[in-house]
Amino acid sequence: MTEILGLYNYWIVIFLMMTGFYIVIARENLIKTIIGLNIFQTSVFLLYITMGKVTHGTAPILKASHGGESHGVEHGVEHGAEHGHELHAAAEGHVDLGVDAVKEVYSNPIPSVLMLTAIVVGIATTALALALVVRIREEYGTIEEDEILEMDRNS
Amino acid sequence: MIEQLPVLVIVIPLMAAPLFVLIGNRKLVLLLTQLVCWTVFGITVSLLSRMQYGPISYELGGWPSPYGIVYSVDYLSAFVMLFVSGLAAIVITYAPKSIDQEVHHSKHSLFYASYLLCMTGLLGMCITGDLFNVFVFLEISSLSSYALISLGKTRRAPLAALHYLIIGTVGATFFLIGIGLLYQMTGTLNMADIASRLQAVESSRTMLVAFAFMTVGLFIKMAVFPLHTWLPNAYTYAPSVVTCFIAATATKVSVYAFIRLIYVIFTPQFAFERLPLDQALMAFSLVGIFVASTAAIYQTNIKRLLAYSSVAQIGYMLLGISMSNVGGLTAGISHMFNHALIKGGLFMVVGCFALRIGSLKLEDLRGAGKTMPLTSFAWVVGGLGLIGVPMTAGFVSKWLLLTSALSLELWPVAVLMLLSSLLAVVYIWRVVEILYFSPASHLAQTAKEAPMAMLIPTYIVIGSTIVFGCWTVYSAGIAQAAAKSLLGISQAGGIQ
Repeated sequence: MTEILGLYNYWIVIFLMMTGFYIVIARENLIKTIIGLNIFQTSVFLLYITMGKVTHGTAPILKASHGGESHGVEHGVEHGAEHGHELHAAAEGHVDLGVDAVKEVYSNPIPSVLMLTAIVVGIATTALALALVVRIREEYGTIEEDEILEMDRNS
Repeated sequence: MIEQLPVLVIVIPLMAAPLFVLIGNRKLVLLLTQLVCWTVFGITVSLLSRMQYGPISYELGGWPSPYGIVYSVDYLSAFVMLFVSGLAAIVITYAPKSIDQEVHHSKHSLFYASYLLCMTGLLGMCITGDLFNVFVFLEISSLSSYALISLGKTRRAPLAALHYLIIGTVGATFFLIGIGLLYQMTGTLNMADIASRLQAVESSRTMLVAFAFMTVGLFIKMAVFPLHTWLPNAYTYAPSVVTCFIAATATKVSVYAFIRLIYVIFTPQFAFERLPLDQALMAFSLVGIFVASTAAIYQTNIKRLLAYSSVAQIGYMLLGISMSNVGGLTAGISHMFNHALIKGGLFMVVGCFALRIGSLKLEDLRGAGKTMPLTSFAWVVGGLGLIGVPMTAGFVSKWLLLTSALSLELWPVAVLMLLSSLLAVVYIWRVVEILYFSPASHLAQTAKEAPMAMLIPTYIVIGSTIVFGCWTVYSAGIAQAAAKSLLGISQAGGIQ
């Protein structure tokens, strides 16, 4: 039972995916079809973002105290020299990681980054699809697919 | 400079496209587009000629693989890039007069920019070694081809483009889901890296689902029967030049991605032994060949006739891939090349008819053999290639496929292949009869021969189908080298 509930993100993904897919297949209105397509794509975004999440993981931003390369705000000026030393040690490959660093768990950022690209692709697709619908409406005067096909059959 | 060649194939057209939109002068942009296409063609020729020294791996931005994106060039990708860029170059050389007539002047520079983007996307799908990158390039080529198709003259063009967009986006999204699941199991996007990590997780259900999604997604893009419904309308209502380019290259590049998926990422053992994909592919392709060829016979529009024939021809490529031996794979790969030339050439002939007769209905083409003898003769030669008559390129790949089927003792497949060629004879002959042996329609009577600027590129492509029918060192020869290296990789993967 907990396995089923624990995977609730994936259930949402599947629900969204099927909803979107159904709208794409079943709707005659071209705008609704495009919205269905959007829902379908959104479910994939959620799928990727879900898989990038690590349990108890935080945002993958390296803090300076963990041998990172930037001065952390919390470090203050007085730690500057020490920090420089730490960086040097990191470069040499035997930095002594503090207890904090071992505990810190990061989520995987790559799926989210991939989805930024996919969102851009999705927007481009939607924009192009809407532009085509505008042209179809100019030519046929309607955006109901069955009416358009009817007009084509008669012409 | 030489070691930067793999990335230049992508960067040059990708940078040129937005620049051309800014320039906006249609004559200048046309000239520059031709220059870019021929330059890219030159680069792919030099890449292929360097293949004898082994495959090239180019790390983008110096990030080592598998962390960064890798462009990898081997025999297969270099070969596919060669004919994609070659046909792009020759079609754009042929294009100006046809585009002048079919596309409004204000849209010309946008047209050329989309054309370049489409080529970039197709070349990128071939060259990249990163799975997510394949998706991005797939969408670049698809989005620009939707835009190109919608520029057709009739009001049905935007509707055909929208249908293609909806089905195509579903296909691409399926592919994306598959990539996501693969990434979930292996934690990497680099194709070679995925392949090496797959052994450990091969038996999981996630792998099966990932493979299924990616296969179906690519089937849509390849227009495999019964997922081909977008193709006839898209090819019929697009401007002639767009049909020439897309029909010759787009579906083949998806076939290429499918070959990579099976032979490089998943292994043939996984696809063909654990899963019965080989039988499924064989069944789909044979049914597709027969249904689409029969549908082609009954068409009344010459472009739609060729579009259905394209669906059938994809079947021959998949048939070769499904055999999973050197002979079959060689046949599949060389049929990609040969069919690109033949179908590209035939659509160029159709473009000439469209320019001079203005209609593509078969009844309006009656008797055009007398007024447009050169164009009509090109149809005959290209048609012979499509049927697979000896001394033409179509014969070479069909012969390879036949001998491979016989060596595997697939007698029914061999017999069905021969029968299906008869269907091709019927639909090609139907057009020949209309061109030469029918009383002229009044449109064809007044038609002039197509201009030399279009006939010469057409004859170069049609002539090359004869050249590659007699001299196969650089078509079937390279295809065989590609097939061997693919099977070599997969065998090494099996040993590990």
